[in-house]
Amino acid sequence: MHAYLIRRLLGAILTLLGVVTIVFLFIHLIPGDPVEIMLGESATGADRAALRHALGLQQPLPVQYLHYLGGILQLDLGDSIHRQLPVVQLLRERLPATGLLALVTLCLTVLLALPLGILAAIRRNTAWDSAAMGFSLLGVSLPNFWLGPLLILLFSLWLGWFPVSGQAGAASVVLPALTLATGLTAVLSRMIRSSMLDVLHEDYLRTARAKGLPPVRVILHHALRNALLPVVTLLGLQLGALLAGAVVTETVFSWPGIGLLTIESIQARDYPVVQGCVLLISLVYVLVNLGTDLVYAWVDPRIRLDGSTG
Amino acid sequence: MSTRLAWGILAIWALLALLAPVLPLAPNTIRLEHLLDGPSLQAVFGYDDLGRDIGARLLTGARTSFLVAVWVVGLSSCLGTLIGAFAAWRGGWWERVATQLLDIFLAFPGILLAIALSGLLGPGIDNVVIALTVVGWVGYARLARAQVLTLKQREHVQAARALGSSEWYILRRHLLPLMSGALIVEATFGVASVVVAEAGLSFLGLGVQPPVASWGAMIRDGARYLLVAPHMVLAPGLSMVAVVLAVNLLGDRLRDRLDSRLENDSGGHE
Repeated sequence: MHAYLIRRLLGAILTLLGVVTIVFLFIHLIPGDPVEIMLGESATGADRAALRHALGLQQPLPVQYLHYLGGILQLDLGDSIHRQLPVVQLLRERLPATGLLALVTLCLTVLLALPLGILAAIRRNTAWDSAAMGFSLLGVSLPNFWLGPLLILLFSLWLGWFPVSGQAGAASVVLPALTLATGLTAVLSRMIRSSMLDVLHEDYLRTARAKGLPPVRVILHHALRNALLPVVTLLGLQLGALLAGAVVTETVFSWPGIGLLTIESIQARDYPVVQGCVLLISLVYVLVNLGTDLVYAWVDPRIRLDGSTG
Repeated sequence: MSTRLAWGILAIWALLALLAPVLPLAPNTIRLEHLLDGPSLQAVFGYDDLGRDIGARLLTGARTSFLVAVWVVGLSSCLGTLIGAFAAWRGGWWERVATQLLDIFLAFPGILLAIALSGLLGPGIDNVVIALTVVGWVGYARLARAQVLTLKQREHVQAARALGSSEWYILRRHLLPLMSGALIVEATFGVASVVVAEAGLSFLGLGVQPPVASWGAMIRDGARYLLVAPHMVLAPGLSMVAVVLAVNLLGDRLRDRLDSRLENDSGGHE
């Protein structure tokens, strides 16, 4: 386990270093002079010189890079150009909204995907199965930025059940979460179905049935528990889709989270904030995947044993 | 949706995209007297917030998404396959470096990197293609790497190597034909995700520049007039979902066929 742990941690650190490097290079990818683009054409020479100095752009690239790395270690991501605030503070203000949205989405996804996937598996090749899988195909094919307006049209404008956008009361989280959950549910219910189908043929299930256990108990206690292992890994990977989807969905619903901050900053050409947002989202994603892998290795000894011999 | 319908949708999409420049369309003609008008006999899909014919804009939008999909899938599949196959074939440090590079690119969730890149590069169809290719090659590289790692051990490849065939020749004659099935499935799903990604970038205002039409930009414009003109959002969304559903369905079928062929294949050897 220790060898696996160390190898996996080292890999994650290298990956994070690579992510930081790419994000650092963002400013240098801008065609033309980044300072001119950020400040616009009306800026005075003194303003430009001040910003160039504040961003350290007059220094050689390796020095800038070391400076950036050092800043990250001290939780300093620079200052927003237009808001006159540290980027870290902006991120801290917006993080709770995105966290809440992600949490509600995950709960909704699990609530929808579990029954759908189980039903499709135990009623395999029936109308239930094809309905559930048809829904799943539809779910992956509906992009957030179209589903969102459709849900607003249906539930906010025609039925008047939920607010149109923004963050006003508990009800306002429902539509953005539902938008994000649809695609996730589609992927997850498929995975649960195929994972359940694999498990349903196992001997221990036949034993459980032969013991005369009630079918519900066999499915929930014996089958589902074993089928969930691969599903948990997928959920970790899908968190990436959720976080990237949040950028679009938060924009659709004007939900004041990290995603909306990303788009606002891109539009305002506030590149230090863009860098901070991308860095934070990727960091969360890498750490969650690392956590999932470690938990998985801890639960299933085959993984870590396989890794250490191979 | 049956396979035939899916093929039909894709054929119409490709045909309209290719014919859009020669069709008598006026996607940018503003007719203020028709502002936000719903579907009618003159304009089956109605008019948008500037009084432009939505039907004509749908067709030019189809061209935008088709061109972006063809370019991005073409570029990223070639680039990714070359990098992945090369890394696995050479092995050693080449492979370690390439694998780490893949991990780094995979650490940016979904189209986040594409959103950031097109924000930095500025709007325009070229920059959309660049941004989506930078994100897109990774999937093909990972697949090609995994495939070559196993194919490398096959006897006919070992024999070709022993005979002194060049790397390029082995890749072309012995590896690519065996990898092509999996790569084609990946590319099929790639088309669907690029269509959605292009529309998503345009929805966020990071895609093509107005007045060029894009389904995503049309949805964004329509979202402001949901109550008075829902057809502005419905028409481009339905077009996009039809294409994406068709591609995903064909991808599923293709994968199933490939899987069963592989199973038969390995069953025959054992």
